[in-house]
Amino acid sequence: MTDLTSLGVKELRDGVAKGDFTAREVAEAFNAAVAEAADLNAFIVTTPDHALAAADKVDADRAAGKDLGKMAGVPIGMKDLFATYDVQTTAASHILEGFQPRYESTVSQKLWDAGAGMLGKLNLDQFAMGSSNETSYFGNVASPWRKAGSNQPMSPGGSSGGSSAAVAARIAPAATGTDTGGSIRQPAAFTGICGIKPTYGRCSRWGIVAFASSLDQAGPMARSVEDCAIMLGAMAGFDPKDATSLQMDVPDWEAALNSDLRGKKVGIPREYRMEGTDQAILDSWERGKAWLRDAGAEIVDVSLPHTRYALPAYYIVAPAEASSNLARYDGVRYGLRDLPDNVGLQDMYAATRAAGFGDEVKRRILIGTYVLSAGFYDAYYTQAQKVRALVARDFERAFEQCDVILAPTTPTASFPLGSMNEDPLTMYLNDVFAVPASLAGLPAMSVPATINADGLPLGLQLVGKPFDEQGVLNAGLAIQQRAGFTAKPEKWW
Amino acid sequence: MSVDKATVAKIASLARIRMDDAELERMVPELNGILQWVEQLGEVDVTGIEPMAAVIPNTLRLRDDVVDADPLTGGGRQADVLANAPAAEHGFFGVPKVIE
Repeated sequence: MTDLTSLGVKELRDGVAKGDFTAREVAEAFNAAVAEAADLNAFIVTTPDHALAAADKVDADRAAGKDLGKMAGVPIGMKDLFATYDVQTTAASHILEGFQPRYESTVSQKLWDAGAGMLGKLNLDQFAMGSSNETSYFGNVASPWRKAGSNQPMSPGGSSGGSSAAVAARIAPAATGTDTGGSIRQPAAFTGICGIKPTYGRCSRWGIVAFASSLDQAGPMARSVEDCAIMLGAMAGFDPKDATSLQMDVPDWEAALNSDLRGKKVGIPREYRMEGTDQAILDSWERGKAWLRDAGAEIVDVSLPHTRYALPAYYIVAPAEASSNLARYDGVRYGLRDLPDNVGLQDMYAATRAAGFGDEVKRRILIGTYVLSAGFYDAYYTQAQKVRALVARDFERAFEQCDVILAPTTPTASFPLGSMNEDPLTMYLNDVFAVPASLAGLPAMSVPATINADGLPLGLQLVGKPFDEQGVLNAGLAIQQRAGFTAKPEKWW
Repeated sequence: MSVDKATVAKIASLARIRMDDAELERMVPELNGILQWVEQLGEVDVTGIEPMAAVIPNTLRLRDDVVDADPLTGGGRQADVLANAPAAEHGFFGVPKVIE
């Protein structure tokens, strides 16, 4: 029999539906692969029983002749930012260690309703703040990829680093991610997989641990564009419990996939040709243009003049929102409490938060508190929100000349764990190409393109008009069909 | 603009995060690095630009005025609400003395 763990979402779902194998066999195969892969540290907790119970239900439904869901028989990894009923949900922080929600996030519930099961809760950067998966309280995630001829542990990207590592290592066929400023696309690029952040509002934020609410969006991470289309279809949809949820129909993205790009225009933003970008990245960008031209698209130059200001604007807006969102961790209602002897409520708050938050989280809360404080609000926060409006306007104007934008996902390939910790700013620069689409709320995807001289994967990014996930997926599919990306990490774990 | 140790201590106090001297010292240059870098936003001409309020235009909805319109977010869930509290007592959240 084929190794079930080598299969993706579509193959597993269709195989279960046809009776080539049972959902239980699939769940058992992935549970075993997860158990063997502790060295990756991709999971904070594993939930093999959840995966088996979901599989048994799918097998029983099939035997009874019932309709099977979009994700029936597919076990997935769940980023530990989604609240899962009675299963520890930590956001990779100490302050939420032991927290067992009495509710289920909308997105995870929709996935279970579609027949998926849960292999476990995936590690991430603490509160999704980081680009290398080195800020988790539960330790770094190691990428399954290594440089050719080296044993040095590499970063799987962040913040969805457990998700990217698990999917690339074939210990999960797919995983959920969340993207605030690149946290789906950058780790997907680092590990040679696909990941799409939909239009802001497509996926409900209800039950997702909040980081920066005007930016946070959930999305799927998987090894093919088709698999992302299927899983996004199961995750998206209107939710009255999220005030920013889009009240519109979810298209059947899977059924409408079409890589024929004749009549489409692909914009190449000239400002993305930045200093410090690897030559290999620029080369893969050129390949990407050729692939899309081959698919029938016309390549046009576009300008996004405020690109260089997107990242600094993000590092005001996101920490400002985080400082407000994270005020809820007070040692009273859930999570950690640190109560030194003979102190009052205020000191308990301060002691709890000192013990419960990691360095990067504290840094961002302080920045956010500062830029929102009286006397500095206009100079920092209002100015950043104006610049954000300009970044969004740049995209609007560019989309008058093109249907989708092609750019690199990251300025470099993955880097060794521990190599970027000197200065927080150098880490932030990793998201320079990812953040503009986040600020504008646009659908954006990373697809694997090429391998660099070190044997590490490089991704290409597609950014679409609001609500046009289909255009993004279709262009991604055109790249996937031409890139022929079949490289995978050699198993060392 | 840059921050000194006293300012960082003030911000940390506003954010309710206890920090000792060594931690404050370490934060000063890190925060200043970030603040100096974001200051480049000052060079952008924003004349006539409104600060962004919503990234995707959306209208606020009103739900029907009914009790427990959504059972997940409705009332009557005291046990669930208290289930993860570090010190729940008699159906309440327990906290240390608030008034001296």
